[in-house]
Amino acid sequence: MHRSFRLCSAYLTRGFLNWSLCILFIFLPNVIVPQYNYFHFKMKVKVLSRNPDDYVRETKLDIQRVPRNYDPTLHPFEVCREYTRALNATKMDRVFAKPFLASLDGHRDGVNCMAKHTKSLSTYLSGSCDGEVKVWNLSKRECLRTIQAHEGFVRGMTVRFCGTSFFTVGDDKTIKQWNMEPPGYGEAEEPLNTILGKTVFTGLDHHQKEGVFATCGQQVDIWDEKRSSPIRSFTWGVDSFSSVRFNPVETELLASCASDRSIVLYDMREAAPLKKVIMTMRSNTLCWNPMEAYYFTSCNEDYNLYTYDMRYLNQPVTVHADHVSAVLDVDYSPTGREFVSASFDKTIRIFPKAAGRSREVYHTKRMQHVICIKWSADNRYILSGSDEMNIRLWKANASEKLGVLSPRETEATNYRQKLREKFKHFPQIRRIAQHRHLPKALYHQSLELRTMKEACRRKEKNVRTHSKPGSVPVLSEKEKHVVSVVK
Amino acid sequence: MSKASTKKRTMKARKKRPTVPVENPDVSYDFEEDGFDKADDSIASDGEEDSDNERKRQKLVEAISSLGGARRKKITGERSEPALQKSEFTVNAEGEGVKIKLTDLMKSMDKISAVSAKAKKQLKKLHQSKKTVECPVTTQERERIQRDVAFQKVAKEVTQWQSVIQKNHKAEQLVFPLNQEPPGPKAVERVVMSWKAQTPLEQEIFSLLSANNQPTTDPILTPTEEASMKAMSLSEVKMRRAELQKARALQSYYEAKARRERKIKSKKYHRVLNKAKRKDFLKQFDEMVKKDPAGALEEMNKMEVARMQERMSLKHQNSGKWARSKAIMAKYDDGARKAMQQQLEVNKDLTQKLAVAVCSEDEEAEIPETLPDFVNEAPQGTDSNPWMKGKLSEDPAENGKEADDVAPQSTGIAPVTAAAAEEEEEEESDVEETEEESLLREFDSRRKMRQDSEPLQVGKEDSQMELNRNAPVLKESEDTSVPLLEGQTDQMETFEYMELLNQVESVQAETASVEPQPSSDRVPQKQKKGIELKDVLTKDANPLLVPLAPTAAATEDSDETLDQTGLIREAFAGDDVISDFVKEKKKQANADKPRVVDLTLPGWGEWGGSGLRPSLKKRRRFRVKTGPPPPRKDDRRPGVIISEKRNGSLSLHQLNSQPFPFTSPAQFESTLRAPVGRTWNTERTVKKLTKPEVLTRLGAVIEPMAREELTKDKDARAGDWSGEKIKINF
Repeated sequence: MHRSFRLCSAYLTRGFLNWSLCILFIFLPNVIVPQYNYFHFKMKVKVLSRNPDDYVRETKLDIQRVPRNYDPTLHPFEVCREYTRALNATKMDRVFAKPFLASLDGHRDGVNCMAKHTKSLSTYLSGSCDGEVKVWNLSKRECLRTIQAHEGFVRGMTVRFCGTSFFTVGDDKTIKQWNMEPPGYGEAEEPLNTILGKTVFTGLDHHQKEGVFATCGQQVDIWDEKRSSPIRSFTWGVDSFSSVRFNPVETELLASCASDRSIVLYDMREAAPLKKVIMTMRSNTLCWNPMEAYYFTSCNEDYNLYTYDMRYLNQPVTVHADHVSAVLDVDYSPTGREFVSASFDKTIRIFPKAAGRSREVYHTKRMQHVICIKWSADNRYILSGSDEMNIRLWKANASEKLGVLSPRETEATNYRQKLREKFKHFPQIRRIAQHRHLPKALYHQSLELRTMKEACRRKEKNVRTHSKPGSVPVLSEKEKHVVSVVK
Repeated sequence: MSKASTKKRTMKARKKRPTVPVENPDVSYDFEEDGFDKADDSIASDGEEDSDNERKRQKLVEAISSLGGARRKKITGERSEPALQKSEFTVNAEGEGVKIKLTDLMKSMDKISAVSAKAKKQLKKLHQSKKTVECPVTTQERERIQRDVAFQKVAKEVTQWQSVIQKNHKAEQLVFPLNQEPPGPKAVERVVMSWKAQTPLEQEIFSLLSANNQPTTDPILTPTEEASMKAMSLSEVKMRRAELQKARALQSYYEAKARRERKIKSKKYHRVLNKAKRKDFLKQFDEMVKKDPAGALEEMNKMEVARMQERMSLKHQNSGKWARSKAIMAKYDDGARKAMQQQLEVNKDLTQKLAVAVCSEDEEAEIPETLPDFVNEAPQGTDSNPWMKGKLSEDPAENGKEADDVAPQSTGIAPVTAAAAEEEEEEESDVEETEEESLLREFDSRRKMRQDSEPLQVGKEDSQMELNRNAPVLKESEDTSVPLLEGQTDQMETFEYMELLNQVESVQAETASVEPQPSSDRVPQKQKKGIELKDVLTKDANPLLVPLAPTAAATEDSDETLDQTGLIREAFAGDDVISDFVKEKKKQANADKPRVVDLTLPGWGEWGGSGLRPSLKKRRRFRVKTGPPPPRKDDRRPGVIISEKRNGSLSLHQLNSQPFPFTSPAQFESTLRAPVGRTWNTERTVKKLTKPEVLTRLGAVIEPMAREELTKDKDARAGDWSGEKIKINF
């Protein structure tokens, strides 16, 4: 018997026999149930038989179906095994994190503003400090069209909601509307419309559904596309606004950043602004969450970003800190779950919308101060325009595999993702997942900043301990940065 | 009304008053003026009373009235009240100091019905109130209020999104873009629409096409069609689909049932069924007569018509093809005869007048004419040909009995008349209930028998019970021949089974005698032959409870296991595994026990040297004893050694503190416990567990949330409510 068993096991190891045969081998001489048998030895052969449909695949491209017994007692140490897998998944995630895709060069001055096409994913526009506007094709990574749009800076640009034309504002006090289609052969590049303003415009945004756009400069103006004078002007004791943005969900609402360190809210239908919040330092730009009507994030000179609920301006919902220099631009992902910020410290950071710390930092040796940033409309790419005349294309998810994934690949990535999430609190996994290499200067700057903050904290604590109890209140980080809310 | 104008009025009135008695036709008074006149009377009365004035005035008035045209001019001059330049002559200084109060004016108001009561009330209130009007707010303040109001409005508007945002926040998975187009090919026209002719060649081709009236932009669907396609919302469609599904399922169920019933070949069953139906119908009809006489009448009419048709047709007469063939067969076959009789009965039933249950003589007489004589004769060859009855063999005793039963019938009812058949019918209807029951029982029992017969393991008691159960059937069916036969066959079958059973038993007995108790005896033998601790161990050990995997081979045969156990014993001959393990465990436990630390320093504070020991006091003081250690984790587990030492390499991977959102270690551990991988879970579960939080489509533009989401959300919430109410059980 044992010989037959050994033989059988040998076959098994080589994969010669399937199980039914093996069982036959084992049981052949064993089972004897005699009934109407007149042979000298009584035997009955019991064979396990299985339906071939259960294990034979239909085509050779199918995966082999392996019947499994999911009895937990048969598969012990599941947590340990999954932990190992999670650790490996985390390591792999870091190994494959190569976010930088391409650099689009062609501008002859720093890239000052960008705009994404509302309908086409591959089309992007950028305006530089020498008044040039370029239209890019991302899939080919080439410039399709160059327009000398303004004299001086191109301050702002936006694509009309239908994607047929776009607007630019510049230092030459003009608003120009351009056709998205390039002019025919032999025709000159001419704007569709030009509006001459009285003052310099610093920002521009278009309404989500109507032929209305807003500019900012000395005041915030609402323009009808068909008129040469603004249909409405908002002023509120400030003479300089740096950016204005329409709310993409509640389309009649606007917000702007002013030079008096304030963020002002407007309703297009009302004659007067709604409310403003004054902060300790100036906000550069802001961006509304495209999926959550009342949240917006502003990027501030004090190295932080602040997410506000527009209904409660007295303190921000979240303070996002990680940059080590002024934050210049911010853009939400189209899913509204994350946003990306560009900073003067030559880095790009990605923040989850509710997290105080960034989940990702992008930098390259050559990238200088990042002035403008955009998150692509398919939630996959990030574009950054920087001082050194380049536009860079990044992956929004650093280790994501691009292109079409096979179902098995998708399943595997999903599983890895899940594992990473499940074991994210474990020290080794957390260490690997959170580790990012920073340029030395940046790293030291962040350390320095930490020291400074610690010193401030200590000093405040000392002041508190040596003054009358209650006279120096404890202010949370959120409360610290808001000076007042003006109704 | 300003002071000056009121004065002018009074003056004018005073001038006019005396004209009334004069009845100057030139002067006309309207109602209002008259009213003022009366009011002015009182004003005048308190100031001026002397007759001199009166006289002068009279004079003046007369003079004026004589003037005629001049006066008219004057009046027109007076009427232009708001003139900037006023002649000093027209101003009357009389009553200069008298102030006119609001009450004075109001008195006249009371009398005028044209002024609404509301206005009067308001005026009165105005008169009573002594408050001054507040100053208007400053521009800044006003703007602030405006802003605040506008902000409140906007905040309220924006708050509508809260439910959507919260829902998305809680959602397990979000799929973007939010409003995805239904998959499937788009209309060619729609694709073409976006394309425009640009190059000259294209334009030329386009112009050619349009010149020839080629359709280039005709939509495939008309607007109304599109509208109708969009009309049904998703929830509606779902509801409707569920309804349809249910209806379809019900239909298929009924169809299946009908098919099943149709497939039943048993004529008896159908007969019974028909009878039941008929009976049901009669019952209903009786009820109808009581409740709805009109309906009953209609039914009656229908029946009448059916009867007439039956009378006209030859449907159930014995003239059809089938009937003729049966008539031939009837000579030999009892069944055929029966069938014919039945058909005739049907005919009779149908042709019978309902109200009059009397069967006429001629009808009865007619039937035998159409029937051949041999139809009703008892079949002679039934007994001789058992195949015709579908039974295999008979017990001689039973056969005899049956023959006895059948014989009087066959002799007695040789010429069966229709009347007799009717009698039988009546009898049947009396016993109908019981017969049906018995039939059902019969079917039941037969099915059981069939089931039981397959494994051939029917106990003797069972068969006995079967017999007992069949007994009443036999009794019942004595009066009619066919049930009797059926019963007999049943009985025969049971007898056969009995025989078979006996055979099996005898065989089993044989086998038992050859191999006494093949399985039950062998098991203990085998167990004895397994590894025994006493044989293996050289020393006593704590009893270990190790679960033994039951092996099929071990219970099956002895010789092989003998070899196997022998082998194992041979292989591990020298090893005393278990005792070794126990020893090791003890050693481990001892090693982990805290030791007494001796901190005594010989020669410290007293003499030291060879042969000198520190004093007892010192020793007692400086020997540190720790308390008893906590019980070891493996104390209760004899088969395991659990090391309680902290492992350095492991601690790297262990958590030092409780992570943030969790409130207890147990809560945190619960999130880790269930594995996600496909090693431990089924495919479907794995897919469910590893679902990504956000799903985006490749190459799709994700638009910002549109207002439709809000309405959709509201609809969904409303739908949830209605959904609870409807709830389809299936």
